[in-house]
Amino acid sequence: MASPAEAPAIPGIATGKIGVWWFLASEIMLFGGLIASYSVFRLGGPGWAEAAHHLSVPLASINTLVLLTSSYTVVRAFVAAERGDVRALRVYLGLTILGGLIFLGIKAVEYTTEIRAGFPPAAGIFWSFYYTMTGLHALHVLAGVVVNSIVLATEGVGAKNPHRVELAGLYWHFVDVVWIFLFPLLYLL
Amino acid sequence: MTTATAQHGEHGFWTTHVFSTDHKTIGKQYLTLGLFWAVVGGLLTYVMRWQLAWPETVVPGWGEIGPETYNALVTMHGTIMVFFVAMPILLGAFGNFLIPLMVGARDMAFPRLNMLSLWVFALASLLLFISFFVPGGAAAAGWTGYPPLSAKAEYTGVNWGMDLWILAHALEFAAFLMGGVNYLTTAIAFRVPGMTFSRLPLVIWQQLTATTLFLLSVGPLIAGAVMLLLDRQIGTHFFTPGGGGDPLLWQHLFWFFGHPEVYVILLPAVGLVLDVLPVFSRKPIFGYRWIIASTIVAGGLSFIVWAHHMFVSGIDPRLAMPFSITTILISVPFAYLMFAMIATLWRGSIRFDTPMLFALGFIAMFIVGGLTGIFNGSAPADIYISDTYFVVAHFHYTLFSSVFFGGLAGFYFWFPKMFGRLMNETLGKLHFWLTIVFFNATFFPMHNIGLAGMMRRIANPLQYDFLVPHQWINVVATIGTMLLLASQIPFVMNVVWSLVAVRPAPKNPWQANTLEWTAPSPPPHLNWGEALPVVYRGPYEYSVPEAPEDWLPQDRVLAARAR
Repeated sequence: MASPAEAPAIPGIATGKIGVWWFLASEIMLFGGLIASYSVFRLGGPGWAEAAHHLSVPLASINTLVLLTSSYTVVRAFVAAERGDVRALRVYLGLTILGGLIFLGIKAVEYTTEIRAGFPPAAGIFWSFYYTMTGLHALHVLAGVVVNSIVLATEGVGAKNPHRVELAGLYWHFVDVVWIFLFPLLYLL
Repeated sequence: MTTATAQHGEHGFWTTHVFSTDHKTIGKQYLTLGLFWAVVGGLLTYVMRWQLAWPETVVPGWGEIGPETYNALVTMHGTIMVFFVAMPILLGAFGNFLIPLMVGARDMAFPRLNMLSLWVFALASLLLFISFFVPGGAAAAGWTGYPPLSAKAEYTGVNWGMDLWILAHALEFAAFLMGGVNYLTTAIAFRVPGMTFSRLPLVIWQQLTATTLFLLSVGPLIAGAVMLLLDRQIGTHFFTPGGGGDPLLWQHLFWFFGHPEVYVILLPAVGLVLDVLPVFSRKPIFGYRWIIASTIVAGGLSFIVWAHHMFVSGIDPRLAMPFSITTILISVPFAYLMFAMIATLWRGSIRFDTPMLFALGFIAMFIVGGLTGIFNGSAPADIYISDTYFVVAHFHYTLFSSVFFGGLAGFYFWFPKMFGRLMNETLGKLHFWLTIVFFNATFFPMHNIGLAGMMRRIANPLQYDFLVPHQWINVVATIGTMLLLASQIPFVMNVVWSLVAVRPAPKNPWQANTLEWTAPSPPPHLNWGEALPVVYRGPYEYSVPEAPEDWLPQDRVLAARAR
């Protein structure tokens, strides 16, 4: 963030990338702690598969597809930013944001259905984990949508710093990867 | 970019002293908040110790204390001292101040993120402070916040206080995450030419290791804090057995973070001492590379020792032995660090200035704490002494020695650089001798009364017949505490006097080698003038035969036989 005139970084080192990677390392431990706790409980307790049956696998599969597609579009957005193609950058970043919003919308439908069916977070230990893990992930998706929108608002009017698109993309991929773990653990097993 | 203009525009009072992005100002702000909390946490000990020595009397200046109040006091004392004194001073203040100056950077990698880190911490401080005054009082479930006590308001009678406690922690962790990302990026990407990793001062190595430990261990506890908050607010069942949860899960999440966390506090203190010792021994540090290796090994091991806090919690007994082994194993790298410190002194031309006295005090006191740690770490012994004052004595000998002796060694050493003023040596020495005497008077007796069976966190030892004959030990410890608190008066006088009376500090008052001493005292915004220093050598080249003086700064070229 500091300009080179202020504080010369060692040439060839992308400071933003180092920062984002360290941040992601701590995020991995955040979700890692949750996933590890969940796994230990699930291995040790019966009756979990029964509770998991009440989740909607089709909706979650659509969500997985949406999120994976948005990971592809964010890569395209970075490629466009590197080429200096502002129009393509706007389209692909816009699609990425749209993907995030669709994901959140479907997630909201799922939550509503489950709560109406009598499974709020207090319904049992499986539901406690389900809502906490997917809820925390949804907050990360929301944060990603906000970050991508900020990048769209600044870079989308004239790509000057493709680096920023890359950093936002790194975070977006991370959000995606977390879901790749949550989906089978919660819905399929 | 925008920061550049923002930094150049820093001329007004608010942007220079309050909403500053300058790492030195942010470091001093962390220091101020940490010292404020140290006063609060210190005053709580007065109330607690009075209660323990004379349980059925009114505490002067406070009033009567019931068990509920005592629970809140002991909880808040621990929370404040670990998270709001040790971390902001050792990491927040020294990390912010020293890292850019010692690696040769003009500021942190992300100055605005750095400012955000400070203000998020200030918000955490505010929430924690408010929690003293909300209905039901402050959190009372112990500094470790074990459920089920912490998970249901009706168990402690504390509702708001506990929620604020969780939020304050979450915000504090966020603040130090932002700080940590900054520290690591700055030290990796903003070193001046010649400042290789093998020429980095050890205090920076210790800061970086501590920061890495923090970044990699805090995640599970953040998850735990979210789970605890949900248990309290919307009735999830993570930690309540009724709904299928398990209170032990919290203990695992807490200590998976909690044990690395004690090294997050210890390592920066070790770093401060490691940087003070060679300067006042006029000798190179002993075993520079092995110190770094030991630090990293200790950091790695700290992730697989956490269950030694849970030997009596009902974990699978088969787990006790592996965790005992890793715990006792971790004393090997720490023993190396201690031996390296002592070997640095060997045959040095020792100068007994105040920073050196505190550094030596750290070595002496930490060794006591380290040795008692071996008893706590082996499960068979720990089952007897767990949750007694023996453990209280142990962690005060380790943590108090780190924060107080280590931190003050650093404070007296870098004060001239931070504030551009020299401190008074006589007052400093008085402060040291009073502190070390009354520190031992306070905490050494706790070993004895702990072995006699006194449990920690009890509000009234006289309720237990077997403790009545030992009550005099509590009285000794309490008198020690009062005198230890009073021993800080010379320190306060010294700081105030040094800041008011103008005794300007020269650039390099201690004749030290590292880069911060090449900048003016105090360093201006952006630290150096036009040109940044260039590094030619390691940080500890004292008494080099080829050099004209007995110190050889990192930025000096030796004409003939330069390395």
